[in-house]
Amino acid sequence: MPERPQIVFAGTNGGAVTEIAEYEAGGGFAALRKARTMAPDEVIAELEASGLRGRGGAFFPTGRKWAFVPKPDQLPKPHYLVVNADESEPGTFKDREIMLRVPFRFLEGCLIAAHAISSQHVFVYIRGEYEQEFEVLRDSLDAIRKAHLLDGVTVVLHRGAGAYICGEETALLESLEGKRGQPRTKPPFPAIAGLYAAPTAVNNVESIATVAPVLEMGAEEYAKLGVENSTGTRVFSLSGDVVNPGNYELPHGITLRELVYDVGGGVPGGRDLKAIIPGGSSTPVLTAAEIDTPLDFTSLVQAGSSIGSAGVIVIDDRCCMVQLGIRVSQFYEHESCGKCTPCRVGTRWLTQILQKIEEGRASQPDLDLLLSVCDRILGKCLCPLGDSDAIAVLSYVDRFRDEFQAHVDLGRCPFGGGSSLEGILAPSAMHDRHAPRTTRVPA
Amino acid sequence: MTTQAQIEKLRKQYPESRSAVLPALRLAQEEHGGWLPPNALRAVADALDATPAYCLSIASFYDQFRLEPVGQHLVEVCTNVSCALSGAQQVVEAFERELGIAAGSTSPDGAFTLGTVECLGGCGWATVVAVDNRHRLRVQADDVAGIVEELTGA
Repeated sequence: MPERPQIVFAGTNGGAVTEIAEYEAGGGFAALRKARTMAPDEVIAELEASGLRGRGGAFFPTGRKWAFVPKPDQLPKPHYLVVNADESEPGTFKDREIMLRVPFRFLEGCLIAAHAISSQHVFVYIRGEYEQEFEVLRDSLDAIRKAHLLDGVTVVLHRGAGAYICGEETALLESLEGKRGQPRTKPPFPAIAGLYAAPTAVNNVESIATVAPVLEMGAEEYAKLGVENSTGTRVFSLSGDVVNPGNYELPHGITLRELVYDVGGGVPGGRDLKAIIPGGSSTPVLTAAEIDTPLDFTSLVQAGSSIGSAGVIVIDDRCCMVQLGIRVSQFYEHESCGKCTPCRVGTRWLTQILQKIEEGRASQPDLDLLLSVCDRILGKCLCPLGDSDAIAVLSYVDRFRDEFQAHVDLGRCPFGGGSSLEGILAPSAMHDRHAPRTTRVPA
Repeated sequence: MTTQAQIEKLRKQYPESRSAVLPALRLAQEEHGGWLPPNALRAVADALDATPAYCLSIASFYDQFRLEPVGQHLVEVCTNVSCALSGAQQVVEAFERELGIAAGSTSPDGAFTLGTVECLGGCGWATVVAVDNRHRLRVQADDVAGIVEELTGA
């Protein structure tokens, strides 16, 4: 069994710390008090030294992100800290557990981060579907206010209303300004012109919840955890065909085998492992043969995938990979904001071609067309949403080419109705029941 | 406190009042039985110095806002990958049988709206079902009759 250092979930003993007195008794807010005696640049330097990189999916160094925010005398506008709590990547459910179990550590991190970028204004953009998490944060924030720990900083909990795209930072800022959540062109980057065109740092919940522990234990100690380029622990979300699904805080660099088998108890029912999506549905799939891949940034890049948001989805041998492609593609099609044509049209087209393959209506050129549409989405949009669909689908074809070919050759799904995803009703298809589609894939 | 007064309070949280449009629409939707009729959009628009058309453009973008009446109980089953691998479709079909309606529709008596939704962020506790926006975790097809009974009895 791998070592299980607890950093984000320290002091919880598997439960939650939702009383401010209990949190303080366990050393809570010591890091905030320490940070406020430090210059903002010293806090940033400590974070840089820790090697902490963003836990939302892009893995950008947290300290460097803060260093990009101009000093108040360089750009005399209000500075904003915006926390991305709009967790929506399929396979990822860590941020909600962090907010529920360590709300004070999270809010303490918000206040330290605000100090580091000289901000008096914090907005936490929390996913609209997270009711209980919102209530816990609201109550915790009240307790912090009553304990006079805000020191003039305002913290606003802003609830989203159901849009995956708002997890993209510029779409999130648009949404926070009261607009449709559609990504902006970059540059300018949020550090210079973010919320209300003012300097803004946008950080993920888990990154922020790691800030206080880094200051408490010191950057050097923190950096000893994990591996090179991927220091510290990670809250891995484990789901799918696995005996013990759930969130597990583990050091970066443990292998998929350790996570899936030693921690997760393996595949249920003695079935065979077929595939693993390592970092949320946007990341390329790995095969069972790649089970010894370490879960860190560099190792996953070398394996042709990505650590993403560390949402690990385990898939056993009952699953048809064409059906997986359809379901994933239906998601991105549903969530495309419609701003960029390659994404708006391409995600839908991918779904339709994949359905044609699944239903045994496809011929050889359809497989080529599928890859061609992926190519025409990749890198051609303002944000990575369309890319995510293309990258995922390409990886299914790349890793399971024979299975796609079998659909074409047999003129039907080789699973013969026995796939674990058979007949799954996606919201986009549910709407179709009431209003049939009229557009068609060109022959 | 009236909705207008609550929206007034909300907008003060933000440097620009338009930022309050999402929370304001949420309030208005709660006040109007779970959806946004034209007069609700009008009220939010007036409170935020916007137009009803602007509010409609926002409401139509976000999945949680509804522009048609919904049942007294809203049942939404996540059918994204992890829930799907764990039997979400069987859960959907069990609700369809118990409620006698197809996913994507409202029962004739207005008691239930049933639908599927994209990932609710509970993949490790599949299948996730949102009942009136509260998440039920690890729901299996066998649990559905009990959930429906509980909701109709309440």
